[in-house]
Amino acid sequence: MINVFKKFLNRFFKDLFKEKGQVKLGLYGPPNGGKTTLANKVCKDWLGEEMGRASKVAHETREVQIKEQITIKRDGKELTFSLVDTPGIATKIDYEEFIKSGMKEKEAKGRAKEATKGVIDAIKWLDDMDAVIVVLDGTKDPYTQVNITIIGNLEARNIPVLLVANKMDLKKADLKHVQAAFPQYEVIGISAKTSEGIDGLYEKLFELRKKALKRKK
Amino acid sequence: MLTLQFIPYADIDRLSSEKRIEKLLKIVKDEKIILLEGKLRAEEEASLIQRTMEEISKSFKGIEISPLNVHRKEDMAFFQKIKGRLINFLLGSRQGLTIIGPATIVKEIRQDPDKIELFTTTARKRK
Repeated sequence: MINVFKKFLNRFFKDLFKEKGQVKLGLYGPPNGGKTTLANKVCKDWLGEEMGRASKVAHETREVQIKEQITIKRDGKELTFSLVDTPGIATKIDYEEFIKSGMKEKEAKGRAKEATKGVIDAIKWLDDMDAVIVVLDGTKDPYTQVNITIIGNLEARNIPVLLVANKMDLKKADLKHVQAAFPQYEVIGISAKTSEGIDGLYEKLFELRKKALKRKK
Repeated sequence: MLTLQFIPYADIDRLSSEKRIEKLLKIVKDEKIILLEGKLRAEEEASLIQRTMEEISKSFKGIEISPLNVHRKEDMAFFQKIKGRLINFLLGSRQGLTIIGPATIVKEIRQDPDKIELFTTTARKRK
């Protein structure tokens, strides 16, 4: 009975958002690509507060985090969406890697356990997304299975996607290399840390929302 | 010793997605590297990652996986592309090869459109 009621409420709120034309925008990608740094940048710019803690150690975000009612205003246009920051998706997690980062064994094991759960949750949430920004580390090899699996799953679900190559402020960053890896997608270069390319990203979000609303109809 | 196990597509063809993943994961957990004929569907890849995460333990750290396409998309004729897409949609892909290995043995699979490189950890390191 409780489940039926929960389902009814879920459907009710889903329909409510649909009517308002609000979309759920997910941030997906491998660990340490800069998803939370980007989420913080967006939230700081438009809500005045950050979303979560970013760190150089992988799997800092181990739970799905949501900020509702973010409104971007540009050239007289308005765009309201919910931003969903997800844990980085990985095919392997080794607690010993956390120990190498200076953690105690118990803490490292706990972090690894939470990280595995985070990956499972991030994949489960895919079905709830209306549009997704895939945040790739522009300094790293883009031909990884995690990147291919994420993009393949979005394609299979017909979820509109925007690819961003992050960390463009770093010397090693190579936007052309990322673009060459995914020629069928538009890839834009940004630095969530220094705000480079962020205006271009906000511009693209309007297009992404259009596609998301078209898919919802 | 490094063990490679070839799995023809026919071996997983009639299995449900769940059974396919179960079979592949069991072999990988036995510390064997799988050379699978064909590719998994995108949803199956995601499920494989989910199942892998559920199985992570002190001895099993996860997997490395990489599909290898035999034909590059731009080389394919129009009708071959349509046929390929239809087969992919209905059955998953029989073309190409997928390498799946335990992360304790396969350190990294690096791929670009023209080549694939498999980096393994040394036996001493594994112990």
